Order: sequence, then structure tokens, then C-alpha cells
Amino acid sequence: MILFVEQVLNGLQYGVMLFLLAAGLTLIFGIMGVINLAHGSLYMIGAYAGTYVAAQTGSFWLGVPAALAAAALTGFAIEALVVRRLYARDHLDQVLATFGLILTFNQSIILLFGRQPLFTQLPAGLDGSVMLLPGLPYPTYRLLMIAVGLLVAVGLYFLINRTRIGMLVRAGATNREMVRALGVDIRLLYTLVFGLGALLAGLAGFMAAPILAVQVGMGEQILLATFVVVVIGGVGSIRGAFVAGILLGLVDTLLRAFLPSLLRQVMPGSEADALGIGIASMGIYLLMAIVLLVRPKGLFGATA
Amino acid sequence: MKSLLTAASLLALMALPGLAEPVKIGMITTLSGPPGYLGEQIRDGMQLAIDMEGGKLGGVEVALVVEDDGLKPGNGLQIADKFMNEDGIKLLTGIVFSNVAGATVPEIVDNGAIYISPNAGPSNLAGAGCNPNYFVVSWQNDALHEASGAAAKKLGYTKAVALAPNYQAGKDAIAGFAREFGGEVTEIYTALDQTDFAPEMAQIRAAGADVVFQFHPGGQGIAFLKQYQQAGLLGAVPMVLSEPSLDAVILNAVGEAAIGLRGTTHWNHDFDNAASKAMVEAWAAKYPDRPLTTYGQQGYDTARLIASALAKTGGVDDIDALRAALREADFESTRGAFSFGPNQHPVQDWFLTEIVAGDGGKPVAVTREKLREQVGDVYAAECKM
Repeated sequence: MILFVEQVLNGLQYGVMLFLLAAGLTLIFGIMGVINLAHGSLYMIGAYAGTYVAAQTGSFWLGVPAALAAAALTGFAIEALVVRRLYARDHLDQVLATFGLILTFNQSIILLFGRQPLFTQLPAGLDGSVMLLPGLPYPTYRLLMIAVGLLVAVGLYFLINRTRIGMLVRAGATNREMVRALGVDIRLLYTLVFGLGALLAGLAGFMAAPILAVQVGMGEQILLATFVVVVIGGVGSIRGAFVAGILLGLVDTLLRAFLPSLLRQVMPGSEADALGIGIASMGIYLLMAIVLLVRPKGLFGATA
Repeated sequence: MKSLLTAASLLALMALPGLAEPVKIGMITTLSGPPGYLGEQIRDGMQLAIDMEGGKLGGVEVALVVEDDGLKPGNGLQIADKFMNEDGIKLLTGIVFSNVAGATVPEIVDNGAIYISPNAGPSNLAGAGCNPNYFVVSWQNDALHEASGAAAKKLGYTKAVALAPNYQAGKDAIAGFAREFGGEVTEIYTALDQTDFAPEMAQIRAAGADVVFQFHPGGQGIAFLKQYQQAGLLGAVPMVLSEPSLDAVILNAVGEAAIGLRGTTHWNHDFDNAASKAMVEAWAAKYPDRPLTTYGQQGYDTARLIASALAKTGGVDDIDALRAALREADFESTRGAFSFGPNQHPVQDWFLTEIVAGDGGKPVAVTREKLREQVGDVYAAECKM
């Protein structure tokens, strides 16, 4: 039972990370119609910038604004220099251009920092674990990650549902042409949304840095799962990204944790492991296929 | 007159490659993505040996041609074809990962070229799948982890959790560990692209074992060790690791969390032999800001082996002579005693290391004792050449 609670927490924590990344991606795709493969690079840039500043200044917390600023500024630059020219083009051109960006960013990071992963350290007080229940110690930092993810979700909810910018964002996700026809400065909106998405990716990257390895290509590792979240949640829907992110985080973690031992009840150990791991790594894609069968536009799909 | 000129220039053309062109060594390795530093170390280790001889190996001028496989078996195969068919390269090396080696090595040796592995030594190429044109300088995968099994047994542990990615080298790792450990082993397989090990941490805690063995090379190993510490397991369940999970780069990235861990290795930077000292010194002079790992050492030893063969053959034109010269392993290995077994995989010593706080609290590996003496691998008996 305690093991199950711990795995649910793990799934929740993975889920909020996916949400932070998917929120930006789904807005960019929903509103601008741009497939941004370089979203993972923004995640990597956040991790590198934040970790570098934290190491230089000796303060973990100073890394936060550095990560956010670096990712957001890079996002603005990408939007102004590259993506702005792609709005009218078809998806293949966008995929090519943003894939090119991935290569450029990866090589730039290698030139700046080398191929060896950066050293990261947690601030004192966060590097231990908390006893949640008797016999269930849980890393303090992962609890903080869950809390930050949920806070960002609440913040985004208010931004999207209670502010004027949020209204435009929702309108843009539903019918981009109409928003433009009504005389809204769509360019500014695009830039803002892109910057916001980049900022969230940077935040996710910096938060992930102390538990994962800060290294070139770290963004591509999580990008695929992020796209699955966007598809399951429905393109353009923040709420969808949240629900799908948590769902996917839980499904992936629980399958991985429990399927092999469940299968071991009915078949020999080594075969159970092989099959269990196989199905677990397919799990999120199976989930996507099932969701798409039932709801072709995703759980909260907005675009008509 | 004209025909004479033509004939002369033709002759000149034919003579040119033999005189001016260096022997090309084709290197297929992983340079991009998270495990990029592994290939970088192998490449730079080989290049270091070449530079120390002034661009030569065994007195023969050589040129290292490097291509990145991106950890994709298909890429490895493509590069090998290009090296052999377009560039006419007969001597290949460099592959880091066993899944790339599994796809690429058979293609190379079937084409009559020689492949010398500086890292991966998958079991399927060590036994019935062995080949006279295939040499391994590093270790056979299982042997690498048998040392850790032996270490865990010697330290008095009886119940282990063993974790490794679900691919050839991962399966070899757990098989090798279990073989020498002899106690009860709970196997947990992870994914090769996995970076978050939180679910596994919970399983380790639930398993109630007295030792953890894990094989996660490169960035995965860094993430694993950090998360092991954050989960509060570091002081609770001791860990014994093989060298790929505990190289100098991983130690730097993990920091003091690594102190107290026990590892096993075939070479360590503190080895007291002339060949090792010369390499460590030259590396520190050339790459002062990067630590030398076992990958770099393996690249260096591979180059030294090639040098010993080229010194006898003078080139790669006679493959049979080259193969025979390589098999003699007539070089001073940085690890000490080294020879090839019947399947052309190493017969060597294995050592226990401990991670201690070095200068400024930075973790460094210190060699403690010899665990196994002059052992090969269990697949050698199945190899019929």
C-alpha cells in the first residue's frame, strides 16, 4: 500500500513536469498552428542557464530567474527570427526549421559547455526526504516540484480564464482567423504566447536539473512524451494539457512499477519482465490511441 | 611523347597512396546526445596516443576518420559501409554501445575488414558469433560486471537488487553480476532512454536487499545516483558498481553523493605502471579541464595495440599479417598484464575501488585491492575460429 502511494506521488511529479512542458507546446500549436520541435531545446536552455548561474553564485534560488529569463528571451528570439516566417507555411517546413533549431542549440551548448553533464546541487534543506507516512520517506525536492507544478496550473487557469490576454488566447485557440479579423494585434499575442511557453519550458528544465543530468539532448528525451500529452489533452487546451499530463504521468509510472510483478504471477520471471517492460513503454501510446479512437480531437480539443 | 607522359602520370598516381597517404582508421562512435562524452573520450584517448607519437602509430603515419552514430544501429551500419566501400578503410574501431556494435560489427568483419572494439563487448559476438577479424580491447560485457558480483560477494552481501537498461549490454550486466555474486538477485530492467528512476527507487526500498548493483552508463548513471541520494537510500543500502556507472565524469557531476561507493574496474587513474602514468600525464597536459575516464583509457589502449601491430606490418595492406600481429597483443597496456583469450577478448585483472573525498572534497576513485586475476570470459569456450 505504501509502495502504491509512493508510486502515485512519483506519477504525479512526472505528470506536472509534462504539464509544464505541454502547456507551452499546446498553446503554440493551438494558437499559431506551429509545430515547435525546439520546445525541448528551451527546456535544455533553462536547465543550463539556471544551473550555470546557481553554480557561479552559489545560490540555487538565483538560478530560477536566470533559467526563466534565458528561456523566455530565447523564446522571443526564436519567434521573431524564425517562427514568425513560418506561420503561413505548411507543417513540414515548420518541422524542418525547428528541427534545425534543435541541432543548432545542441551544438551551441556543446561549444559553450562541452559534452560533459553539468554538476548540480540542491540547496540545503531540500536535499533530504520527508516522512509522509510511517515507512514512506519521500524526497523533499520532488514534493516541491509537485507543489510548483500545481501552483503554475492554478496561475495559468486564472490567466486564461480571468484576464483579457487569456480571453484572446482562448479565442485564438478556437478561431485564429476571427481574432485577427476583429483587429487584435495578433503579432504581439503570438510573441507573448511563445515567450510564456518558453518560460514554462525553462522552469521545467531548471526544476528537473537537480534530479536528472544536465546534458545536451536532455530536451529531446522528454519531448516525445510531451507531444503525446498535447495530443491526448486536445490541441490548444491548457486544461487538457493538465489532465493529460497527470494521467500520462500516472499511467506511465504505475505500469512501469507494477506490471512486471503482476505478470510474474502468471508467467516465469524473465518473460514477465520482458513483456511487462515492453507493454509499459508502449503504455502512453496505447493510451493515446484509445483516446483518439473515442475522442479524435483529444479530451478537451478546442479547434474545430 | 604524349603516351609516355600519360604513363608517367598514371604511375605517379598509383605510387602516391603508398607514399604520402597515411593509414586511415575509421572510427564509428557516439558523439551526440547525452552519452556523447563517452565517444568523445574514446576519440580523444586514441588521438592522444597518435599525437604522442607525432601523428604515427608504430612508426606508420595514421589518420583518424571519425563519424557520429548517434546511438542508432542503422547509422553505425551506414557509416561502416561508407568507410569500407567509399574510403577504402580496412581498420575500424570506436563503437560505444552494444546495440550499435551488434548491428555493425558483423557487416565489417564479413567484408574482410578488421574491427577492434574500444568499449562494447556484447555476449553474442564473444561466443559462437566470434570472428577472427574482431578484437575487443576493453572487456567482454559480462566480465565487466562479474567483477562487481565478485566484489559484492567478497564484501559479505547476500541479497541484491540489480538494475540495468533493457538491451543487450544491460542483460549481459545482470547475468554477469549474478554469476559471480551467487546470492539472491532481484532483477529490474529500465528503459535505455529513461532518466527518472523514482519508480525504481520505491522498488529498491520495497525489495529489502542488502546491496544494490546498477549499470547505467553516461547521463543515466548521473541521474540514478542523484535520485538514489535524494530518495534517502544512499546511506541505507550500499551500492557496488561497475566502471561505466562510476566514471570520472559521473563522479564530477554527482559530487559528494558518490563518496563511499564501491566500484570495480580494469583500470584506474592511480595505477602504478609506466604506461598508465605516461598516459595520465599526457592527458592532463592536453585536456586540463576534463577528467580521464576508462573510456579514454580504452581508446588509448586500442591505439597502442594498433601501434604494436603496425610496427610489425608497416601498413594494413596485408590483412592476414595485421590480424596475426594484433593477436599477439605485444604492447604495454596501461592496465598492466593483458593478453587475448581464444575469442580475442581480453584476459586481464579486475580491481576493487572506493570513492573517497579528494582535493576540495571532490570525489575520486582509489584502487583498494585486486579482485580477480587474469580472467577472460565465459563465452570464450563457445568460440570456434
